[in-house]
Amino acid sequence: MIELFRSPSYDFIGKRRWAYIVSIIFTLLALVSLVVHGGLRYDIDFTGGTLIQVRFEQPPTVGQIRKSLATIQLGESIIQEFGDAREFIIRLPLVSMTSEEIAKRAQGALTADASLGKFEIRRVEFVGPQVGRDLQLQAVYLVLGGLIWIAIYLAFRFDLKGGVAAVVAVFHDVIVCLGALSITSREFSLPVLAALLTIIGYSVNDTIVAYDRLRENRGKFVPKGRTFAQQMNDAVNQTLSRTVLTSLTTFFSAAVLLFFGGKTLEDFAFVLFVGVITGTYSTTYIAAALVVDWTSYVEGRLRRGKKAVAKA
Amino acid sequence: MPRHLRVRIAFVVLVVAVSIWYLYPLKRTINLGLDLRGGIHLMLGVEVDKHVASQTDRAAEDLKAALERRGIGIKRIVREGNAAILVELANPQAWNDALTVVAELGAFERRDDDQAAGRFKLVMSERRVGQLRDDAVRQGLETIRNRVDQFGVSEPTITRQGGDRILIQLPGVQDPARAKALIGKTALLEFRLLDERTSVEPALAGQLPETSEILYRREVDKQTKSERKIPYVVLKRRLLTGAELTRAEVQADPNSTGNWQVAIEFTSTGARIFGEVTEQNVGKHLAIILDGNVYSAPRINERIPGGRAVITGQFTVDEARDLAIILRAGALPAPVVILEERTVGPSLGADSIRQGLIAITGSAVVVFIFMLVYYRLSGLIADVALGLNLLILFACMAAFGATLTLPGLAGIALTVGMAVDTNILIFERIREELRVGKTPRSAIEAGFRRAFRTIVDTHLTVMGTAIILLSFGTSSVKGFGVSLFIGLGASLFTAYFFTRLLFDLAYMRRRTVETISI
Repeated sequence: MIELFRSPSYDFIGKRRWAYIVSIIFTLLALVSLVVHGGLRYDIDFTGGTLIQVRFEQPPTVGQIRKSLATIQLGESIIQEFGDAREFIIRLPLVSMTSEEIAKRAQGALTADASLGKFEIRRVEFVGPQVGRDLQLQAVYLVLGGLIWIAIYLAFRFDLKGGVAAVVAVFHDVIVCLGALSITSREFSLPVLAALLTIIGYSVNDTIVAYDRLRENRGKFVPKGRTFAQQMNDAVNQTLSRTVLTSLTTFFSAAVLLFFGGKTLEDFAFVLFVGVITGTYSTTYIAAALVVDWTSYVEGRLRRGKKAVAKA
Repeated sequence: MPRHLRVRIAFVVLVVAVSIWYLYPLKRTINLGLDLRGGIHLMLGVEVDKHVASQTDRAAEDLKAALERRGIGIKRIVREGNAAILVELANPQAWNDALTVVAELGAFERRDDDQAAGRFKLVMSERRVGQLRDDAVRQGLETIRNRVDQFGVSEPTITRQGGDRILIQLPGVQDPARAKALIGKTALLEFRLLDERTSVEPALAGQLPETSEILYRREVDKQTKSERKIPYVVLKRRLLTGAELTRAEVQADPNSTGNWQVAIEFTSTGARIFGEVTEQNVGKHLAIILDGNVYSAPRINERIPGGRAVITGQFTVDEARDLAIILRAGALPAPVVILEERTVGPSLGADSIRQGLIAITGSAVVVFIFMLVYYRLSGLIADVALGLNLLILFACMAAFGATLTLPGLAGIALTVGMAVDTNILIFERIREELRVGKTPRSAIEAGFRRAFRTIVDTHLTVMGTAIILLSFGTSSVKGFGVSLFIGLGASLFTAYFFTRLLFDLAYMRRRTVETISI
């Protein structure tokens, strides 16, 4: 039989201080990128506006399209190649005009420019300001709702420390994913939101597996002379092969989506791809590590408390 | 010998049979979302307050008429805000008479009495306002449904969303601009007289009596495509509206070739009013107004009996046909605005399906091979279970009438990942039990038992987030949540029922088992 690990006993938890530094660096990198780029770039789903996907028969240049659209003065448009050289996405900001009017004008401008040749409008999306605001709120509610649900469930199934530590770990993953989006200048869209929520679920899964193992071990027998940190390290090691195998399969699935899923699924897959890595990492080095430090802090205070009582 | 083996086999066979029954034939049972099959998604906001305002206007008109009938002079009667009428009597002495008339009005409460000045305010009750707002959305929904039905779209979805929104999904529509025009038009048809005493120039300069307004006729030059707006001074009083229509048909315009017109026929009441109006106003001009645009204003030459009229105005045959549809379906009680629109062309939808399927098949194949290589026979069992998982997932989507969207496909990809994780958890546990020296059979037993709690925990947390997604998310996020939730339910079932059954069949029936292929 093929085995990745046979009774592994790596010292993960012992190196947690280094890992904290790594986590902080990555979180800071993400935050810096977000600040430098002036926050996330939101898709029209959240900002409101119009998106038109056009396929031309002859590949035009972005400049050509921009020139022909300039004639209708719909404001600062963003024009991007989408998938291949003939396909483009044009994003127009919100203007005080109905969606038909905007689409009609844009189509008119492109038709009027004979140098662009024939084209087909494949997709039109218009999101009004109200809906954009609704979706923004929805995104925040969904992420917060997901985190709160996880915290409650874990606090109930394990303990408060576990719940809080898991949520900190998941929150770290969310920040790192958002940072990765910002660094690669991708946009935050509805599919990206879905991916983020997936990662929240995925990341917490790993954490649950490790916690469950710890609890099971402690329930069976209280190991003599093994500190809480060592017990946690044992649990992480015992579940290591499962963690790695699952991460690998999910990682491969995400990779297939990323490279073969087409342009529409690309951002979704990208977040999944990054999230799987950080989710696996954060289980051990944030969720498990924080529980260890929190527990030893509480135990330390208890002991000091007892000493103080003994002295008096 | 494991327990209830036959019952369990029978149950699995039943599940498979039911799933296949729900899925057959595949093309018709799985609802594809608009992003996959192409079509229009429209979110309309109904301007409910305009309906309240127009009802208040009507009440004000009725009141004015009633007061005039009683010979009570009025200095001023105007709408204030959306739901209030300010009344000022010409003579405060008539106060008590006026109040008896007002009492008949109903649904309004009298406030801010100032008897000395003969002034009072009528405010529509909160309940009535709420009712009117609700009516506006319900009637709007009904009207739009009528129009869409007559337009001929297969499987449209038209539902109310929240307080004042209407969600419309039209799969496979080829001409979105036309569909939108058809749905979004208020289609308020009015017949009003031109104000013959006021000429256009002073009116444009601002010398306009309170009873009149300026409306325009749009004329498009067919060669240059440029639009001309011709002003008319129209009396505000409506003589007749589209509510009194019974028929609307397309006809060729006999006076200008290539143009079409819509012939309309009134109800008997409408015909009577139309006859009276034309009789009393011979020599004047009657404006036919649709949504505030004048279409024509012909001179009334004689009394028109029989209640027939035509609407002309440079229509193409499609425009005339659509106008006839909306006139037949009736006007929207209040105007609507497009809040959100997503139109996907059929070619893009087809591309998305193809790419989505490639991606999903690709990731499934990667996972299948990996499991087979790593876990051998047990991997094969997991792969079969994964197949069953997908079968159940699609069958449930078909049974619940859920819609498969592009993010939904992504949700399925994630489900595959989770289902595999479940099997890995179990298998790793079995291996561990073997390593500490358990016999194969008790290792299988312990492996399933010990992994159970973890698996339930992982599934419940993710299913919890999926519930949040599908209850609070809209459109694409919801589709993702739906397939994720169903997929995880199926995964829980297959792991504990089906995988276990296969293990029992493979190992537990024999008296002795030397090794497990895991």
